[in-house]
Amino acid sequence: MSSQLLSANHAAALATTLAARANRKGKGFVSGVYPITPSTECMEYLCNQKIEKGRVVRVESEHSAMGVCIGGAAAGARSFTATSSNGLAYMVENCIAAANLRLPVVMVVANRTLGPPWNIWADQGDALLLRDAGLIQFYCASNQEVFDTVLSAFRLAEDGRVMMPVMVNMEGFILSHNVAPVEIPQQGLVDDFLPLTDIPHRLETVPHTLGQVELPHQNECHRFQHHTAMLAAAAIYDDIRAQFEPIFGRALQGALVPYRCDDAETLIVSMGTMGITAERVVDDMRAAGARVGSLRLRLFRPLPVDAIRAVFAGKKRIAILDRNIGLGLGGVLWSDTRALADPGAVVQNYLTGLGGGDVRPEHIAKIVADIAAREISGAPMLMEAV
Amino acid sequence: MNDVCNTAAIFRQGNTNCGGCGMSITLQMLRRAVGANPVHLVIPACCGAVAGGTFPQSTYGVPTIMSTFASAAAVASGLASVASLNGEGTRVIVLAGDGGTFDIGFATLSAAAERNEDILFLCYDNEIYGNTGGQRSSATPQGAVTSNTLEGKLEQKKDILAVMAAHRIPYAASVSLAHAEDTQKKFAHAVAQKGFRFLHVLSPCPTGWKSEPALGLELVRLAVRSGLWPVYEIFDGKRYTVSIEPDFSDEALGLYLSLQRRFQKSGLTAADLRPAIERNWQSLRALSGRIIPGKRESREG
Repeated sequence: MSSQLLSANHAAALATTLAARANRKGKGFVSGVYPITPSTECMEYLCNQKIEKGRVVRVESEHSAMGVCIGGAAAGARSFTATSSNGLAYMVENCIAAANLRLPVVMVVANRTLGPPWNIWADQGDALLLRDAGLIQFYCASNQEVFDTVLSAFRLAEDGRVMMPVMVNMEGFILSHNVAPVEIPQQGLVDDFLPLTDIPHRLETVPHTLGQVELPHQNECHRFQHHTAMLAAAAIYDDIRAQFEPIFGRALQGALVPYRCDDAETLIVSMGTMGITAERVVDDMRAAGARVGSLRLRLFRPLPVDAIRAVFAGKKRIAILDRNIGLGLGGVLWSDTRALADPGAVVQNYLTGLGGGDVRPEHIAKIVADIAAREISGAPMLMEAV
Repeated sequence: MNDVCNTAAIFRQGNTNCGGCGMSITLQMLRRAVGANPVHLVIPACCGAVAGGTFPQSTYGVPTIMSTFASAAAVASGLASVASLNGEGTRVIVLAGDGGTFDIGFATLSAAAERNEDILFLCYDNEIYGNTGGQRSSATPQGAVTSNTLEGKLEQKKDILAVMAAHRIPYAASVSLAHAEDTQKKFAHAVAQKGFRFLHVLSPCPTGWKSEPALGLELVRLAVRSGLWPVYEIFDGKRYTVSIEPDFSDEALGLYLSLQRRFQKSGLTAADLRPAIERNWQSLRALSGRIIPGKRESREG
């Protein structure tokens, strides 16, 4: 185990490199990559690694980047790509294909605002385009978390009971370009953690056809199988966590990260780095006597409904922060989780940090003050982070 | 090569192709060329994706993946990478229509060719979006009526082989299904060759061409005879070889047009097409280094 100063982009690429090498005795590793700010450094780093039995294909578009991953995984290899924003939007069709074909592609998304008008800064709306597409989604809040989550994403995606793409999100620049110490395990430990990739429906020599026409009943069965497998993935992820810790000597973060929630009356709910800021605000406010807690969702799909409901139980005020806007309704995290609160609780949506706005402790303090003054829930509210 | 037909069909009985479909013939010819080589087939959205039939039965007798419309060459790049990394002799073959080649799949095709991926890209060109009911593509010839060019397409067919040649790929060729030996020779070469290979097959589509299903191969023969469909090979983007000498017959050209109702509305005649054919052949003569005037009456013998 060594500690290296790495950006989250590089941490993701290094985790992928180790995972790729871990499959050298299997079918190898294939990745399709295409540059886009702010995920470019991830693919650059990967392109500069020596990977035994690995190939990184420098393609002409994000659509083809995922196309290469589909081909690589369909032939049984470990596969990976990274992208952002419009790149992800361009890739969407093939992300859906990879999911429907149940191919365990791991992808890293450096979340960025969709344009034009162009804006290169963080907004989680890009990844949320794929909310319902059958990809598991994690949202990270630190470089170490990105490294650990990418590594375990391969394990989760390739688990025979899961067998679907896993997307690991990190906010553009805020995290992707943030440089921090990251604990890096030796290759041998990664080899112990990651079994060789085994994709049972890969193309070998026996004729069978992937992705052919299916009738309505077949389609609904496949869709529901996929849904059921995704719902089961949360428990499988917990098993993986239990194996992660003894191998690497540190804990892998869970699906939810509750912080000082137990006796809280007010809860700040968020995804990504805003959750870390929220924890600081909680500490400050607790010091002043306020009963505030933070809940950070790391796993957004499958949505850990029961676990969220358990944290929400008994909370009088729940402020849900969304670094995205589902136009015509409100924040996506809010719309997905508001029904999990106790009846009568004030559940208020704050749209904040959109388009890369820097959400600082004072903004979150303002949000807590706002919800404290509310007797009933209101419409989603824009809280400009300026 | 013709004796290698003891392996199971790539394209089995029970498929849903229309009678007289050129793609069906192409796949039977391909099987002979492939022989006992392991094959992975990639099929983007096209008639080939539908012809496979419904899950779980499949018409395809080799491991096959259906890709999104624009992605065939990218998916094939992934498959070919794994085959190469593992030292497997698997031949990765794309079967794409003209839409997935000339149009929506073009950027992906061009990029895979530029990277010289170890892929055989086989375009069965029926000059139409057949699967969606016969709309124009950039492979549709001038004068052809399609379901969205009711007066006949105004623009010329894209010269895809010239574009592929510009990528300097190891092998590119046009194929006439009416000339089985030449087709077989090309398919065998393309299967055996390493790097990016491109085959362009004129694929009769009775449904789209409004022609008699039984006349498909005859139409191809007329297109070749008249010079409308030049049959040639390009090695490394620079060495051109004409495979079949046409006799540039105006009668053949006239028959080719009159036997397909798609050309009737625009009133296209052999004389209308002749100048473009001659220009095309002048260029081909120059490129192949065989300067023979492209007119029947001036040919020796």
